[in-house]
Amino acid sequence: MRLLLAIVVILGLFTADLRYNRLQTTRSVLATLVTPVYWVAELPERVAQWGDKHLHSRLALEEDNERLQRENLVLQGRSQQMASLQAENVRLRALLNSTALLRDDVLVAELIGVSPDPVRHQLVINKGLADDVYPGQPLIDADGLMGQIVEVSSNSSRALLITDATHSIPVQVNRNGVRAIAEGTGSLGSLEIRHVSATTDIQLGDLLVTSGLGGRFPEGYPVAVVTEIERDPGRTFARVVARPSAALDRSRHVLLVFSTKHGRGD
Amino acid sequence: MQQQGYWVILLSFFTAYVLAVLPLPQWLQWLRPEWVALCLIYWVLALPHRVGILTALVLGLGLDVLEGALLGQNAFALVVVALLCLTLYQRLRVFSLWQQAGTVFVLVGVNQLVCQWVQNLQGVGAPSLLFLLPAVSSALLWPLVLHLLRQLRRHYMVA
Repeated sequence: MRLLLAIVVILGLFTADLRYNRLQTTRSVLATLVTPVYWVAELPERVAQWGDKHLHSRLALEEDNERLQRENLVLQGRSQQMASLQAENVRLRALLNSTALLRDDVLVAELIGVSPDPVRHQLVINKGLADDVYPGQPLIDADGLMGQIVEVSSNSSRALLITDATHSIPVQVNRNGVRAIAEGTGSLGSLEIRHVSATTDIQLGDLLVTSGLGGRFPEGYPVAVVTEIERDPGRTFARVVARPSAALDRSRHVLLVFSTKHGRGD
Repeated sequence: MQQQGYWVILLSFFTAYVLAVLPLPQWLQWLRPEWVALCLIYWVLALPHRVGILTALVLGLGLDVLEGALLGQNAFALVVVALLCLTLYQRLRVFSLWQQAGTVFVLVGVNQLVCQWVQNLQGVGAPSLLFLLPAVSSALLWPLVLHLLRQLRRHYMVA
């Protein structure tokens, strides 16, 4: 009797989730219930971090400080021209009759978990509905695009990385604007660029950025760098492999991008 | 009959959940033992009248949400494991420790296989047979889990 019940429940869940994608709310309620598990699992990491922060030798701190000051000087030097360049950019865009490039609003989130299953590339972050996170929201780190939010619960949400085997993203080559689709391969270090014809102008070292087509990811975020091109005359398409720019397996702090369409708090 | 010690069972399952999502270094990823399955196997062996298919179902659903898997994947796998355990427990109890570990290897292997089927349905199957490694690590850890949980059960007289 119980077995029958279990079978019915499981079959029902499979069809509802796989076939009709109907379980978003159920999932988010359950996810809220199990969030404490992630908090506890993260405790050792927190303790280690606290140790890192509070137990530093004076020498290390001084070295750090000096390095940061040097870095700051360099960055300040670089940003001096920023204001004038920005103004110039706006003027040029006005000349071109295109819409102004608005800066996106971002929110810093912290990683609280990664998917324990090595074939699923998913992260759990500590921001959820309470911070206006929405499904489909892009996630970036300091170096590039990481993925998108797929599931939101009240205080945490789950993101799918661009390298997951079920993820693909529209990109363009930064050098010349050639459009392509980058698909995840299931390994953290590589993306595959699909359906690039053998004669397309794409080279080793080309930076791929989001193209903004499809309307999900804002335009211009770096996605990956081309590392391998194989042009086989016997095949219709070239095999192009790229390495993600973002530190997918190392970032601890990530940025949630609020595009202008989904402004915060409206 | 007096039913006591619910909290011991719940606590052990909670700990198994935590261990199941604890961040691990990259090279250990494929070796992560199936803590929840191990814990479930122990409780079914020890208390088949209390822990059974429905527990496995609820437990699996929780794990699905934790892992971000298709809802029902782990529930299905754990129900199969619980069912096998329920039919085998009388024999399993009299097995020697290493015979038990061998059975655990098979049980967790079945668990992994079922998970793999469902993942393939969804299109995210593992690229190689590496997904069977957790069965090995779980079998090796079985004596430890058995000893720990048995001590706990006797100490708090869960029956």
